[in-house]
Amino acid sequence: MKTLYDVVIIGAGPAGLAAAVRCDEKGKSVLLVEREARLGGILKQCIHDGFGLIRFSEKLSGPEYAERYIDMLKETKCDVTTLTFVTDIEKKDELFTLTLVSREGVFTVQSKTLILATGCRERTAKQVNIHGTRPAGVFTAGTAQNLTNLLGQLPTKKCVILGSGDIGLIMARRLTLEGAKVLGVYEAKSTPSGLTRNIHQCLHDYNIPLYLSHTVTRVFGEDRLTGVEISKVDEKMRPIKGTESFVECDGLILSVGLIPENELAERLSVEIDPKTKGPVCDQSLMTSVPGVFSCGNALHVNDLVDYVSESAVTAADGACAYEGVAEKLAAVAPDENIAYIVPQKIDLSKDMKEVCFYFRSRDVLDKCKLTFAANGKTIKEKKYPFLRPPEMERLVLDLSEAGLKASDKLTVTLEGEKK
Amino acid sequence: MKKLVCIVCPNSCELEITQNENGISVSGNKCKRGITFATDEMTAPKRTISSVVKTAFDAVPVLPVRVSAEIPKERIFDVMNEINHVTVKKRLKRGDVVIKNVLSLGVDVIATSGVLSELPEEEKQAKKPRAKKAAQAKKAAPAGKAKK
Repeated sequence: MKTLYDVVIIGAGPAGLAAAVRCDEKGKSVLLVEREARLGGILKQCIHDGFGLIRFSEKLSGPEYAERYIDMLKETKCDVTTLTFVTDIEKKDELFTLTLVSREGVFTVQSKTLILATGCRERTAKQVNIHGTRPAGVFTAGTAQNLTNLLGQLPTKKCVILGSGDIGLIMARRLTLEGAKVLGVYEAKSTPSGLTRNIHQCLHDYNIPLYLSHTVTRVFGEDRLTGVEISKVDEKMRPIKGTESFVECDGLILSVGLIPENELAERLSVEIDPKTKGPVCDQSLMTSVPGVFSCGNALHVNDLVDYVSESAVTAADGACAYEGVAEKLAAVAPDENIAYIVPQKIDLSKDMKEVCFYFRSRDVLDKCKLTFAANGKTIKEKKYPFLRPPEMERLVLDLSEAGLKASDKLTVTLEGEKK
Repeated sequence: MKKLVCIVCPNSCELEITQNENGISVSGNKCKRGITFATDEMTAPKRTISSVVKTAFDAVPVLPVRVSAEIPKERIFDVMNEINHVTVKKRLKRGDVVIKNVLSLGVDVIATSGVLSELPEEEKQAKKPRAKKAAQAKKAAPAGKAKK
């Protein structure tokens, strides 16, 4: 291991792996830091298929997708350290000093740039305010997935799933295949949170009912969960009194949202977008702290791993081209119909020929029109037959001819018919 | 007319299928895979399944597997039953066959991770010798004490 690197990448999930391979391609010295024993991040436990349709034009399982990148990484000169935690990062004189802890002990390395590929974590039971006791048997979908797919332990025989996020839907199918009874998926919102194809292939295929506008309001049980109380909710997702019913079960699986993990970014005082809960970035995915880049689910929660890898390549290219140049920033200003858009800023001193935007609509909208404009001039218009919040959209724009000036606003408006 | 959601890719196209004497006609699909999906779905629906199989290795108790190609939807639980009766004792590589031609469906069950082939030397030992040791230890200890 060296003491100074061109790029240090934190996290060796799909984003970190793709970023490492790309930086090596460009001739940079790379250190890839991973806290777990094995590379691959969450993909290790995502044994279902459907990964890599865009990147490899194949339907792969999670481990296969990750291991393809791990194989590529083995061909590179990248240094890799596993079972290693980053406990501190400091920026001084244009250099980052990282304090790392591994089985070897505590040590420091320095780097010219940083790529944060730290992924996201699940919202827990404590964060969704469910009342009652705290018995065993309440799991996040990711924990249930870890137990089932990595440890070979079935966490429940008869369960209820709260939240219709993709991992919850995938786990509904997975637990059913393993012989558990999934009584139903309960979603507080009036529309599903997961991809439509997962509603079909994970729930409909196995006759698992989906209850929209319902939530779990109480859990029962001393040592082990014995049941949950289900209530209907109103349009503001508040439980409606008198609609409570008791469902007997030994497991409650939570799939109630993912939050980008940015403790290390916050330590560096990176500006965080309250909408994405990831760093505010320019088109090279550089954060508000020069030299710090963000990608994958740490940047915003993606629904496809292919886009995680793509954003990692963008961040890697940004890190490799980084020269500490002065920034000239234009802001991206989305309207209220857009849940979020990434990047949030355009650096006019960087390449603007292929700016890749990722966005989600706030509501389910039909017959949509998306308009990019600056200084009263329309730059791009695109029509969509429909947009749904669970399905992220991607759009590549050439902004080099847009005539953007520093402090300009690139407005993004979304019009459509609300269902 | 029947409505279906295509599950081939994340586009989740909403398909409209009309059945007439010449077969079926499909609309709403963004690509031709939608037509294949709809035709299969109307006649003989197919799915891929992924699961895990037991291993003889302590460090990696289960190995992820999937079917190498789609299987008939109604045979999913039959194939799961076969998968549940396998214990992998070899250090399989990614893509290696775990069950050849499962239930004569013309499809293999394959390993989707090379984790066993990557195990460090000392962890490659199978469970068996340890199990023996444990059995010996049990024998040696007085029955009452072991329960404690």
